[in-house]
Amino acid sequence: MALTRKRATEQPIQVPEKIALSLTVNGVVRQLKVAPWTTLLDALRDHLALTGTKKGCDHGQCGACTVLVDGRRINSCLTLAVMKDGAKVTTIEGLATDGVLHPLQQAFIDHDAFQCGYCTPGQICSALGLIAEGKAKTADEIRELMSGNICRCGAYPNIVAAILQAMGRS
Amino acid sequence: MINFEYARASDVADAVRRIAADPAAKFIAGGTNLIDLMKEDVERPSRLIDISRLPLKTVEETAGGGLRIGALVPNSDLAYHPLIAQRYPLLGSAILAGASQQLRNMASTGGNLLQRTRCAYFYDTATPCNKREPGSGCSARNGLNRMHAILGFSESCIATHPSDMCVALAALDAKVHVAGPAGERAFAFADFHRLPGTTPQRDTNLHPDEIVTAVELPAQGFAKNYTYLKIRDRLSYAFALVSVAAALELDGDTIKQARLALGGVAHKPWRDAGAEAALRGQAATAATFAQAADLVLRDAKGFAHNAFKIELARKVIVRALTQAARGTPQSQSYKKIR
Repeated sequence: MALTRKRATEQPIQVPEKIALSLTVNGVVRQLKVAPWTTLLDALRDHLALTGTKKGCDHGQCGACTVLVDGRRINSCLTLAVMKDGAKVTTIEGLATDGVLHPLQQAFIDHDAFQCGYCTPGQICSALGLIAEGKAKTADEIRELMSGNICRCGAYPNIVAAILQAMGRS
Repeated sequence: MINFEYARASDVADAVRRIAADPAAKFIAGGTNLIDLMKEDVERPSRLIDISRLPLKTVEETAGGGLRIGALVPNSDLAYHPLIAQRYPLLGSAILAGASQQLRNMASTGGNLLQRTRCAYFYDTATPCNKREPGSGCSARNGLNRMHAILGFSESCIATHPSDMCVALAALDAKVHVAGPAGERAFAFADFHRLPGTTPQRDTNLHPDEIVTAVELPAQGFAKNYTYLKIRDRLSYAFALVSVAAALELDGDTIKQARLALGGVAHKPWRDAGAEAALRGQAATAATFAQAADLVLRDAKGFAHNAFKIELARKVIVRALTQAARGTPQSQSYKKIR
């Protein structure tokens, strides 16, 4: 059967104006102008040159793009930057202070909690959110509440151990 | 992603005005499903109307002893809300059985209701799909239909509704409050979602110019005897093959009232009034539960790859009712099913 593709509107869409917004990224106020369809992930990587946050699947399935917005972990690939005007964003670049790694970063090194490292910024930001939420007390609960972060190298046991260490439960 | 315009609604009335003025526009709240569908070229709105800042973020007790949940309460906040944990643990459990914590932090209560199916053919714009392109045909009927419906499907569409939260809301007899140009109205939960029939492009009875404002729970929460049991291909972060929300009110061993809703098996959360009625007044035994399962599944029919769901559903119904009767709800962290 022949398929016809219809657009939602018959009129050609005018390219909309870029929209100005302000984000506090890792404690620094950043002004930027983006098109409405710019995701927070693309804004961080392409507009602010913060490439620590990774684009994995770009569909909210892998968790590599996880950042904290106003203290909560989210998938930045499914978030429009314009919707977060005024928000506080924490990325992997914002975790170390004065050259000293965040305890979670150190724990990931201590436990060899990665191989290729591509998922690691998302894993660490997700773990930061998880610890702040305070709902995970056991390894089972950590596994469940970290299930939005896929590691194709399969470093899961060491990731759980690293998070337990950072929680002070190793 | 396609180009689109962006506008922020200032209040509910403004949101309704804006959507009524542009039929090709869509509301955006959490965006977890809509942005994904836009990246896949399945949804092509001309404009997104951002409702995420509207004041619909509270959980309030109603005069009737129930709860009114604002449409923009994030799924994670709702799952962990003290009143939900205490009075409607079935709802909290179902929410935590779905998606990931990142997605639950983003996804809204109203948006969860309006999720589109995860049928692979709906997502694949290179294939016919009556839901995406009415009249083009259903690729799933003779395709890879392992995830698809066994109840309530039609010639046009065999897709399933993906939500876990909605299965619990169906079991709890929730109400959906909406607002539109003609004012406000409310749906019984069972009347909100539709079966596919000949119009699978319409998932719900919400009008295109209406907005979901709240979900209301009645007083009875079944906090003592309930479970949400979800069976899927991996232990976490996957859509249901079959899920069951079961809730019982017991008098000793006798069932005074029963609620049973299934996910992963139909175009909407599946409730069967006949099966619930058959449970009333009966002893809470395995035999009673098996009879109820037979009733729920009496018209079930499988396709080439999903016929296993019929027997699976039968077993999950019995196990869920057993868990509910025992007062030992399924943990969403410890995955062993007891």
